[in-house]
Amino acid sequence: MSPTDTVPAGVEEVVTTTPPVRPSTLLVRALRLWRTRIGASFGLLLVLVAILGPYLAPHSPTDFVAIPNTPPGGAAGLLGTDYLGQDVLSRFLYGGRGILVMAVVSTGIGLLVGVGIGLVAAYARNAWDDVLMRGMDVVMAFPEIMLALLAVSLVGPDPWVVIAAIAATTAPRVARVARGSAQPVVERDFIEATEAMGVSRLRILTGELLPNILAPMMVEASLRLTYSIGVISALAFLGLSSDPNGPNWGTMIQQNQIALAVQPWGALMPILAIALLTIGTGMFGDGIARTAAGVDRGRAEG
Amino acid sequence: MSPDQRTPAPAAAVTVENLQIATTSGAPVVTDVSFDIAPGEVLGFVGESGSGKTTVGLSLLGRVRRGLRITGGSVRLGQVDLLDLGDDELRRLRGSQVSYVPQDPASSLNPALRIGLQLRETLEAHDSAGRNVHDERVAQLMREVALPDDPAYLRRYPHELSGGQQQRVGLAMAFANRPRLIVLDEPTTGLDVTTQATVLATVRELAAAHGVAALYVSHDLAVVATLARRVAVMYAGRIVELGSADQLFEVAAHPYTRRLVGAIPSLTGDRSLVGIPGRAPSPGRRPPGCDFAPRCALRVPECETGVPPLSQVTAGHSARCIRANDVVRQGPVRVRDRTRTVQPDAEAPVLALRDVVARYGEVEVLHSIDLTLGRQECLAVVGESGSGKTTTARSIAGLHRDWTGSIRLDDLELEHSARDRSTETRRRIQFIFQNPYGSLNPRKTVAQTVGQPLQAFGIAEGAEAASRVSDMLEQVSLSAGHTHRYPDQLSGGERQRVAIARALISSPSVLICDEVTSALDVSVQAAIVDLLGGLQRELGVSMVFVTHNLPLARSIAQNVAVLAGGRIVEYGETTAVLSDPQQAYTRELLANTPVLGPTGTTG
Repeated sequence: MSPTDTVPAGVEEVVTTTPPVRPSTLLVRALRLWRTRIGASFGLLLVLVAILGPYLAPHSPTDFVAIPNTPPGGAAGLLGTDYLGQDVLSRFLYGGRGILVMAVVSTGIGLLVGVGIGLVAAYARNAWDDVLMRGMDVVMAFPEIMLALLAVSLVGPDPWVVIAAIAATTAPRVARVARGSAQPVVERDFIEATEAMGVSRLRILTGELLPNILAPMMVEASLRLTYSIGVISALAFLGLSSDPNGPNWGTMIQQNQIALAVQPWGALMPILAIALLTIGTGMFGDGIARTAAGVDRGRAEG
Repeated sequence: MSPDQRTPAPAAAVTVENLQIATTSGAPVVTDVSFDIAPGEVLGFVGESGSGKTTVGLSLLGRVRRGLRITGGSVRLGQVDLLDLGDDELRRLRGSQVSYVPQDPASSLNPALRIGLQLRETLEAHDSAGRNVHDERVAQLMREVALPDDPAYLRRYPHELSGGQQQRVGLAMAFANRPRLIVLDEPTTGLDVTTQATVLATVRELAAAHGVAALYVSHDLAVVATLARRVAVMYAGRIVELGSADQLFEVAAHPYTRRLVGAIPSLTGDRSLVGIPGRAPSPGRRPPGCDFAPRCALRVPECETGVPPLSQVTAGHSARCIRANDVVRQGPVRVRDRTRTVQPDAEAPVLALRDVVARYGEVEVLHSIDLTLGRQECLAVVGESGSGKTTTARSIAGLHRDWTGSIRLDDLELEHSARDRSTETRRRIQFIFQNPYGSLNPRKTVAQTVGQPLQAFGIAEGAEAASRVSDMLEQVSLSAGHTHRYPDQLSGGERQRVAIARALISSPSVLICDEVTSALDVSVQAAIVDLLGGLQRELGVSMVFVTHNLPLARSIAQNVAVLAGGRIVEYGETTAVLSDPQQAYTRELLANTPVLGPTGTTG
């Protein structure tokens, strides 16, 4: 027997062929792609505008500063005045926060509920799977904006109604993706290994399953956020916001569209902001999706 | 006077010279590979995963996988160098002159087309003869591979065939146009031994009958030994030894070949398996000298200075080792006596199965199974796929719950499902899964995975748990450096060690191993079996070892139960059952098991 026999096989060097794909690393890798960087900068820019805007605004959003529809310059300020003579720049800087907060809160609730339902359905592998997912299908049969309109017109344009309605339309879509990603994971032996240890079902869902579907969920979250921003702006555009005269990008577009020819900025600025925000979150999600898929195929670089 | 005095060698069907394949970033994958195959000859091409054997096989079709490119050398088929040909010329050649049989027959056949049509397509792709001619040829091809040639059978879809039948259709397609060269890439890997034996016989007959040169790529030395007269052994992208099967397996001239042979479980010898320490270097990390030197027991300083040439040892036998003559002088691969295991105590069984009947839905897959596992005993449960061996193991562990009858752990009647059992019972029965790539959570570190049972069974927490985890990792020969790694940073063997550590950390009474080595290379398999055997003796745990590999059962288990069709056909002491089988089924199983060496034929 040679002396090396006591050295067991395979303990000497480790060659990492496929780099580990954990959500944190995924983000770092995704940021190597230009689309992710551009998306992230657009998103970040608009988030900063929405959060810091109110502190930078030269006027109150409801003060009348000049004659209505004055083009930019002089007393009318950088972006001129709107249809009531309010400062467009101030209203623009104030108008993002509401949309953003509502979009993030509603998407967050929708994600939590959706991931929960999706994981339970995937793990159940029985009638509950069908009951839950067919229930989700029923909710999904209503177009997002229709369900939101229905809720707002029945209950009133309270912010919580809008948030609840959007969360309700987000959840089933997230649930489908979560269930789809979790299904192959449920079939793997390590789930059975933890079952054999008697680990509780809740812990299996949160401790074993959830970490394995985080990558697709990140993609889904950015996609759903994009949709939520669109729906909330659309509702405001239709006049269904809690304060019909409050500063809100959606409301601004609606109020100032008639004056496009003489004073375009009142409508154009919020349009640009919403466009950049949705394009940004969309590109960011796309970057993550591409990175996750590329890594899965063993190609790390995009 | 004749210009050449020497007797000309018989014209080789294919000649490979100095083949070099590298990754697109320049790391060599295959280096200096040269061999030739005569018409009608089967050359065995053996290597463990990552050795480059499949890469060489594919290059004979003028093809490399994505990310690789051929950087030098030639592959001559007759007078033509395949590597000089363009895509169109290669396409004409493939399927007519050169053909390929992939590993997985199920994915190589188009599931949407009837097999008769697929065979006809193969013929039509390279020939414009009429439809009637082809019908007759298709029937003839089916007869050649011993499949029915009636129209009804030809109208079947691939999923209506068994794995062995699918692979024979694959062979029929490969031989259809009477190619000069055929590359077989582990075509019997997923098949049962009986099916494997018939497929191997078909390959041998067809190659000989039609004068086809065949390259048989495999990780299984025993299979290659039964099929090929000449064998090349690949290691780290180079051929390290080339010679006749007998030379290689009896008087191997390269230390790697010797260790590889020593790692194969033997059906007749009573011995323990010896794994190979370390692991093969991956492309880009190969040492400057001999690739095997870091793992070699016969290493001398010169080994690390330059790559040894492939030099002749005896006629027709060459090896890439500067100490080849010393290696040969060691004689046949020595068989180390198996350490006698503790005699199991049959009086007080730790586990007893009585009249266990298991179902999957309406189908009864186990019929009245009776088994007894003594304290410190290792019982092998052997059978082909579908024999019910895994269902038996899963029923004991409570992973399969649809069973009736009685399973007792000591005096305790076990509940059907693991969930209904007490924590203590769950702790006492531990299960190791077949595939270490699926049984570890990819998002958990080694320490988290191994420590999980301590938490789940309430054995220890905090610092106490951490120290137990590091003790356990040491016992399965994993270093402290592995503690915080994730499964994707581990090799297959290391992953299985982690799985073993997870199973043993709760000090179970019964350890159930379900085909735990079937996803691993032979040298790793040997190391894992060695480890399991050692731990079993050391910790006094009783073990149920499920496997399809009869020689492996012999190397670890005192008793064996042979399962077929959900019934125990033979049950007794391992040596007795394997050397003097009483049942026709066991005899057939033994006869079909490929074994190494001239004394290997059994049954």
